Amino acid sequence: MNGAKRWLIAGIILAVVISQFTGAFNRYYLGITIDIGINIILAVSLNLINGHTGQFSLGHAGFMAVGGYSAAKFTLVCAQMVPESLHPLLFLVALILGGLLAAVAGLLVGVPSLRLRGDYLAIVTLGFGEIIRVIVQNMESVGAASGLKGIPKDTTLGWTFALAAVTIYVVASLVNSTYGRGFIAVSDDEVAASSMGINPVRYKVTAFVIGAFFAGIAGGLYAHHKQFLSPTGFDFFKSIDIVVMVILGGMGRTVGVIMAAILLTILPEFLREFADYRMIIYSLLIITLMIARPQGLFTFGKKKGAVA
Amino acid sequence: MDWFLQQLINGLALGSIYALIALGYTMVYGVLRFINFAHSDVLMLGAFSAYFLAPAVEKIIPLPSIAGALIIVLLSAVICAGIGMLIEFLAYRPLRSRPKLTVLITAIGVSLFIEFTCQHPAVLGADTKSFPRLLVENDLHLGGLVIGSNDLVIVATTLLLLAGLWFIVQHTKTGTAMRAVSFNQQAAALMGININRIIAFTFGLGSALAAVAGILYAMKAPGIDPLMGVQPGLRAFVAAVLGGIGNLPGAALGGLLLGLLETYAGGTPGLSNYRDGIAFAILILILLFKPAGLLGKATVEKV
Repeated sequence: MNGAKRWLIAGIILAVVISQFTGAFNRYYLGITIDIGINIILAVSLNLINGHTGQFSLGHAGFMAVGGYSAAKFTLVCAQMVPESLHPLLFLVALILGGLLAAVAGLLVGVPSLRLRGDYLAIVTLGFGEIIRVIVQNMESVGAASGLKGIPKDTTLGWTFALAAVTIYVVASLVNSTYGRGFIAVSDDEVAASSMGINPVRYKVTAFVIGAFFAGIAGGLYAHHKQFLSPTGFDFFKSIDIVVMVILGGMGRTVGVIMAAILLTILPEFLREFADYRMIIYSLLIITLMIARPQGLFTFGKKKGAVA
Repeated sequence: MDWFLQQLINGLALGSIYALIALGYTMVYGVLRFINFAHSDVLMLGAFSAYFLAPAVEKIIPLPSIAGALIIVLLSAVICAGIGMLIEFLAYRPLRSRPKLTVLITAIGVSLFIEFTCQHPAVLGADTKSFPRLLVENDLHLGGLVIGSNDLVIVATTLLLLAGLWFIVQHTKTGTAMRAVSFNQQAAALMGININRIIAFTFGLGSALAAVAGILYAMKAPGIDPLMGVQPGLRAFVAAVLGGIGNLPGAALGGLLLGLLETYAGGTPGLSNYRDGIAFAILILILLFKPAGLLGKATVEKV
């Protein structure tokens, strides 16, 4: 058993223990803490695509929508058929189902990435996210434009942080494995990597599928946390939110990205009265970071091959 | 048959606007090799410039009138050309030697900055404003067809600007320099071309076209708001890719094709709800099967 696995098990146990005491939490703080966990999953999974593999995806909200809507629809349909005692199991099945469907969507986006890179791929993923939004907006079975209501409140602190721990573990150990060095090679120089016998296509598609899977899980958690889904909640600006976390944290730096996810979830709560300025501040942050510190805010020292 | 022709007219008008916007994307891509996300916001600023200029101009020349409209369009184009050059100078020039991805992210940042600053209540506000009438509107009736005079103006303006742009790029010294920079920046610099000046000029020209497109778009749309540029901007980008990005005739062709496709789909029952997704579906298909676009040339990337 290596160090990472020990951390993973410790993280999951901690999450389960804490979730036993959530009754004592203030509902407002509990909600924000769950938001933080969901955003960590989203940012870490996008970091695998954007950071580690160096493909710029602008459609993460689309994967989140696929996972969220399918998980929510699944629990809504099955809740009556299954006895109350089995509901946590049902929720887990719903999350995994959402994740798998999002992974299929990731595979579909991964296919254009066979031939595209850089800004072309960015615009394709953006378009893909928009297509998902338009489809959801026209599907009567998930409430179309008015949204999907009445989703059971199954997301707990324990579930969220246990799954965040799993996400971090999977992404970090994947990137640090022998296989995972391929992601970094592809990110550093695709043409050079392929001339060294690495198949960039396989790595790029793998990154999309795994990233999308966890985004789908996050979508399922989000759906069962907010109890309401609407197509506008998964638009371009939601994707940008996640992208900003990855950029701020430093592309390819898992710890930095987690810190950025926490910071960018809490900060808007403090700035509630300046809500009009939130996106202005975000955009200025992006521009200034890119000009002055493109490696991200939470990165110190030289980037090494291994990233954890 | 009437339905078919009616959609053709609507599609040509919409496609002309897309073509004008797409030219800006393609020109910037040609010289700097990145997507200027902020282009769609320059379009919006063009429409708003006209919105604010109209009451001032009306004091001198009564509106709606051709002379008044011309002055407003020209002034807006000049304002937006300045804004475009300013964006290039402040945000993109410091990043000229950085990786493409850095510039792309900055461009998204600039776009969001303009959109959300304008949405702020103290600037323009997020609400929709009704665009002033710049020209007398008449509907021409031909058999069962209705041709709006605005549609004719849109198509005519686009043709005129396309011809003008073609002349500038092919027959002037600056145009030759633009083509040289687009072909090889270093070599162009060695030949004594002032790269900064040419890139600034490209941004200015593209932004002026975007301003005109924004005004034409506003004349058709029910109202204008700070996010109005997003959808036509994305569509125009798709048009530029469809025609082969970096290729001027390609951008015009792509714009027209996309406008027509969208109008026909929008008029077809069952498909109309999905018209927002059509542009992107086309984009993904074209990139899969002909990544260089309809008129573009495929290139091979080397280490």
